Amino acid sequence: MIEVKNLYKSFGDNHVLQDISVSFEPGKINLIIGGSGSGKSVLTKCMVGLHEIDSGSILYDGKEFTTMNFKQKKKIRKDIGMLFQASALFDSLTVEENVLFPLEMYTKQTKKEMLERVNFCLDRVNLENANKLYPAELSGGMKKRVGIARAIALNPKYLFCDEPNSGLDPFTGIVIDQLIQEITKEYNMTTIVITHDMNSVMETGENIMFLYQGKNWWQGDNHEIVKADNKELSEFVFASKIMKQFRNA
Amino acid sequence: MITLFENIGAYFILLSRVFKKPDNYKLIFKQTIHEMVSLGIGSLGLIAIISVFMGAVVTIQTATNMNNPLLPGYLVGFATRESFILELAPTVMSLILAGKIGSNVASEIGTMRISDQIDALEIMGVNSASYLVFPKIIASLIFIPIIVIYSMALGIIGGLVVSMYFDGMTLNDYILGIRFDFKMFSITYALIKSVFFAFIITSIPSYFGYYVKGGALEIGKASTKSVVYSSIIILIINYLLTQMLLV
Ligand SMILES: Nc1ncnc2c1ncn2[C@@H]1O[C@H](COP(=O)(O)OP(=O)(O)OP(=O)(O)O)[C@@H](O)[C@H]1O
Ligand SMILES: [Mg+2]
Repeated sequence: MIEVKNLYKSFGDNHVLQDISVSFEPGKINLIIGGSGSGKSVLTKCMVGLHEIDSGSILYDGKEFTTMNFKQKKKIRKDIGMLFQASALFDSLTVEENVLFPLEMYTKQTKKEMLERVNFCLDRVNLENANKLYPAELSGGMKKRVGIARAIALNPKYLFCDEPNSGLDPFTGIVIDQLIQEITKEYNMTTIVITHDMNSVMETGENIMFLYQGKNWWQGDNHEIVKADNKELSEFVFASKIMKQFRNA
Repeated sequence: MITLFENIGAYFILLSRVFKKPDNYKLIFKQTIHEMVSLGIGSLGLIAIISVFMGAVVTIQTATNMNNPLLPGYLVGFATRESFILELAPTVMSLILAGKIGSNVASEIGTMRISDQIDALEIMGVNSASYLVFPKIIASLIFIPIIVIYSMALGIIGGLVVSMYFDGMTLNDYILGIRFDFKMFSITYALIKSVFFAFIITSIPSYFGYYVKGGALEIGKASTKSVVYSSIIILIINYLLTQMLLV
C-alpha cells in the first residue's frame, strides 16, 4: 500500500500538484487519469523520489519514504517496477540486456536463470525474436512492451506504468491491460497506471483518481465513474461521442 | 555571475556523487573498457592525421624562417620536437579532443537525461552519476596521456618525412635536431598537463549533459557550452601549470 498525504510540488511558479492525498491499495489496479499536463507523470515521479517534493509525505506500507537516505530508498526501489511514458530504454543496450539490467543489479541469480526470466517476461508482452535488437530498431509500441517487460522483471511489489498502452494497437493494448491485471492479482502488487485510454478505465479501473488543476478532483471505481455527478470529470471522460452513447445506453 | 558560481557548485556536487564508492565494481569496470574503446580508439585516426600534418607544417615553417647560414642545421628538428612535446601534442590535441569527445559525451548523457534513462537507472538502484561519468573520466585519464605520446611521435615523424625532400634541409640534420639537448622532464611536463586536460575533457561535458533540461535543442546547446568551457579551462590550466612547472 502506498499513501500520499498533502503532497505539494511546483516547478518555479508552476504549481503542478496541490495538496494531493490519495492511497493506492495492493491487489488492485489504481488508475490516475487527467488531462495532458495535469501532473500525472510528475505525481508518480514524486512518489518514487525522482522529483523532490515541496511538502507532504509518502508512505510505503507505512514507512515514510521522503526522509529516507539513498540506501533506504534503494531498498524500497528494489521493489518498484516502473514503466516510463517514453519507455526510457537504454539506447546502448539490446532488448535482452535492457530487461536483464535490473536482474543483474538486484539479484544474484546465475546468467542462465536470469536469461530464462528475461525470455519469460518478453514472452508475456508478446515480444519474441527481438532479444538482439537495439531500441533504435524498435517501433514505439515495441519499446513500450520492452519497458513493461523490464518493469516486471523483478516481480515488483509496486508497479508504476505511465501510459502502458498508448501507441499500441487495440489488440496489444488489451493484452497489456490483461497482463497488468493478471500480475497485480497474482502477486498482490500495488499497481498504479496512468492512462488516457477510456477502454482501460472502464475495463480495469478499481480505484480511479482524476487529477484536475493539480488536485485530486474525484476518486472512485469504474462503476461510479459512469454515474458520477462531477462536471469536470464528466467532460473529461465523456468527451467523445462514442463515450456519450455508452453513458446514455 | 551568480549562475557561474551556481554552476561551479553544481559541478562539484556532481563530482562528489561520481566519486562515491561504487557498489558494483564489475559494472563500472565493464563500462570503463567500453569507454576506452569508444572514446579512445575512436580518436586515434583523427589525431594521427592532425599530428602528421602539423609536424610537417611546423618543420617547413621553421626551415623557411631560419634559412640563414649562421644558424645550425639541426635547429629545425629541435624546434619541431620542442613545440610538439611541450605544446602541440598535450595542449592542442587536448583542445581538439575537447571538441570531439566533449560534444559526444554531452549529447550522449543529455539524451539519456531527457529520455528519462537517467531516471530509469536511479529507479534500478544505480548511482547514475557514478555509472555514467566515472568510467568516462577513468578511461580518458588512461588513454589521453597515451594519445599525447602517440601524437608526439607522429608529429616528429611528419617533420622527418618533410626533411627528406625539402630543399636546404637534410635528414641527418633533422635527426641530430630531434636528439639535441633532450630533457626527459619535457615529457613528464606534457603528461602532467594531459592528465589535467583529460579530467576536464570528460567531466565538464558530463556536467552539462547531466543537467540538461528540455529537449533536443538544449542538448545541442549543452554540447556547444561543453566545448567552449572545457577549451577555455584547458587554456587557463595550461597557463597555470606552465608557470608552476617550467618557470
Ligand atoms: N522536469 C520538469 N521541470 C519543469 N516543469 C515540469 C517538469 N516536468 C513536468 N513539468 C511540468 O509539470 C506539468 C505536469 O507535467 P506532467 O508531465 O506530469 O503531465 P502529464 O499529466 O503526465 O501529461 P501527459 O498526459 O501529457 O503525459 C506540466 O505543466 C509540465 O510543464
Ligand atoms: Mg505524462
